[in-house]
Amino acid sequence: MPLPPLPFPPTPPLTWYLALSAILFALGVAGFLFRRNIITVFMSIELMLNAVNLSFITFSYKLKQNDGHIFSFFVMVVAAAEAAVGLAIILTVFKNRQTLEIDEVSSLKN
Amino acid sequence: MQLWLIPILPLAGFILNGLFGRRLSKAAVNVIAVGSVLLSFLWVLKTLNSLGAFSGGLEKAYLEHYYTWIQSGSLNISVDFAVDRLTAIWLMVVTGVGLLIHIYATGYMAHEGGYYRFFAYLNLFMFFMLVLVLGANYLLLFVGWEGVGLCSYLLVGFYFLEKFATDAGNKAFIVNRVGDFGFSLAIFLIAAHFGSLDFATVFAKVNDMPVESHLGWITAASLLLLVGATGKSAQLPLYVWLPDAMAGPTPVSALIHAATMVTAGVYMVTRSAPIYLHSAMALDVVAVIGIATAFFAATIGLAQYDIKKVFAYSTVSQLGYMFVGLGTGAFSAGVWHVMTHAFFKALLFLGAGSVIHALSGEQDLRQMGGLRKSIPITFWTLMCAGVAIAGVPPFAGFYSKDAILAAAYEHSPWIYWVGVVTAGMTAFYVFRALFLCFFGEPRGHHHPHESPPSMWVPLAILAVLSLGGGYFFNIPKYLDPMFKVQEEAPGSEWLMYVSIAFGLGGIALAALFYLVSPGIPDAIVRIFSGPYRWVYNKYFVDEFYDSAVVSPVVDGSRELLWRVADVEIVDGAVNGVGKTARAIGSALRLAQSGYIRSYAAWVVAGSILVIAFMGLRGEL
Repeated sequence: MPLPPLPFPPTPPLTWYLALSAILFALGVAGFLFRRNIITVFMSIELMLNAVNLSFITFSYKLKQNDGHIFSFFVMVVAAAEAAVGLAIILTVFKNRQTLEIDEVSSLKN
Repeated sequence: MQLWLIPILPLAGFILNGLFGRRLSKAAVNVIAVGSVLLSFLWVLKTLNSLGAFSGGLEKAYLEHYYTWIQSGSLNISVDFAVDRLTAIWLMVVTGVGLLIHIYATGYMAHEGGYYRFFAYLNLFMFFMLVLVLGANYLLLFVGWEGVGLCSYLLVGFYFLEKFATDAGNKAFIVNRVGDFGFSLAIFLIAAHFGSLDFATVFAKVNDMPVESHLGWITAASLLLLVGATGKSAQLPLYVWLPDAMAGPTPVSALIHAATMVTAGVYMVTRSAPIYLHSAMALDVVAVIGIATAFFAATIGLAQYDIKKVFAYSTVSQLGYMFVGLGTGAFSAGVWHVMTHAFFKALLFLGAGSVIHALSGEQDLRQMGGLRKSIPITFWTLMCAGVAIAGVPPFAGFYSKDAILAAAYEHSPWIYWVGVVTAGMTAFYVFRALFLCFFGEPRGHHHPHESPPSMWVPLAILAVLSLGGGYFFNIPKYLDPMFKVQEEAPGSEWLMYVSIAFGLGGIALAALFYLVSPGIPDAIVRIFSGPYRWVYNKYFVDEFYDSAVVSPVVDGSRELLWRVADVEIVDGAVNGVGKTARAIGSALRLAQSGYIRSYAAWVVAGSILVIAFMGLRGEL
């Protein structure tokens, strides 16, 4: 018996990937803006970076070009470096202030 | 011929004494200062001798080219030194009299502070003065011209702890700026019209060109050169700095403000004679300014009591005579008077310095008197200078003054008559000073002592030159290749007798007033108290210049340039830039909240705005 037709097309169209990327990016932005824990904020940044990676790969696949791949590798490298530096900063902040509340770290105001 | 050695030697003395003089002994400073001028003098003698200047040669200028200094378009200015007979005279006077005054100064300045500084400046002056007379173009002349002005300023203000000395130095410098402004305009004019500043080129061109069509600017250039000369040579209306310049040490007054520097204007006009000879009007102006200065300064000299002031006004007056000589076309007579004046006026100043030295700094004639016995050498040498300046034959001043007055009579008799009256006044005030100083009862409380040999030997040499300088050095004959001597008109011997009579009359009147019956001057002063007060106060010229020129400039600078232009506009602009930056910054700093999430919100909002804007424009 033939299987009933799938509710989805066999290869999802480009817009789905881009929509997913946009949703992930929006989640990242929202997390950055509304969460107060530094580590969560940090994770939100990673989320935004990976959302951008997704759209790079999507376009790269669609256009049959390598550029997007290369860019996403760059983003991964930067993200790794950023993770190393960022975590070190977070540790130092915690050591000095005994807090991970992001609004407590505002000595540079005005 | 190595002409460059002549000025370089004093420059070396200046550098040595200026850099190391503080650590050297006075004897070493003396050796460097006097030795460099002595070597320079000997080199002048050797050079002039081998050029044949003493044996009828040197009829054409001898020029040495060193290097091209400025090359701009077609204008080409080189560092060239040149010697002709005119320069030869000046070289001899500058280095010869300069050497004597250097020797004198080693005695005079022996007890003064800043000994090495004094001699360094004096050597620097010699350098610039020699550059002035050796330079073969107007720009090099101008270099020397400004350099001697600088040295004059430094030496007038030598006692820089005294307010009046620094004021006098400033006055000398600033008044000279007025003249130098005219001089530099003249140089521009000459460069623009001749395309060259070399004397030889300029004079060759001025003699070739059609004079009538160029008369206007030839006259303009001549008059502008004259403005420069009136500043440096202390003529009306810029003479006011010279009497004040007596604030400097006396050897400086003798060397710079009597014998050499102040005659630079005469040199410059004489050197520019080919230009002047094309403009009769400019020559007339020279003569009128000269005779007016001679008369005017002589009247002031009648009533001064500071011995150096008397001689200073006498210098102004004698410089006026020189300009009369130049203006009436008797250039060589003017130069002759420069030379004889250098002898007797240097002697008068050095003698006055010897008197001042003997009286430990006293300069007021009313505090002197009866010094004939205590300082006999100074007395006799000053008497020689007195008869020389009074025009008593056959001493130096007689020859040169007579030559000038004869030329003046040829030109216009009224100049002659004013000149003769001035000669009488000259004889009167010089002998008035000498009689007040050396005769009568001693006044004041001093223990005069004769000066050391280093001071009286130069006095004696200058006395010999003052007596015989006119007879032995016949300058008009020597300068005949450059300036044709006018034959004296037959039957004009009476001119000479009149001027001799006026000179002797002046001496006799001084003797009557100050030796025979000393009450007469006071009586005259009482009768003519009004005019006397004018003369005694130098016609209030300084006060007039103060209120007419100095005060407006000072007040204008203070009220307008300082309080408005500088404080309000310049400072306002600078402070305004700072204030604006602060205002903008204090508004913008409110955006720096220190909350990372607010920054992020700004970034997000900004991105949305940019994307929305681009979307609306259809660029996505």
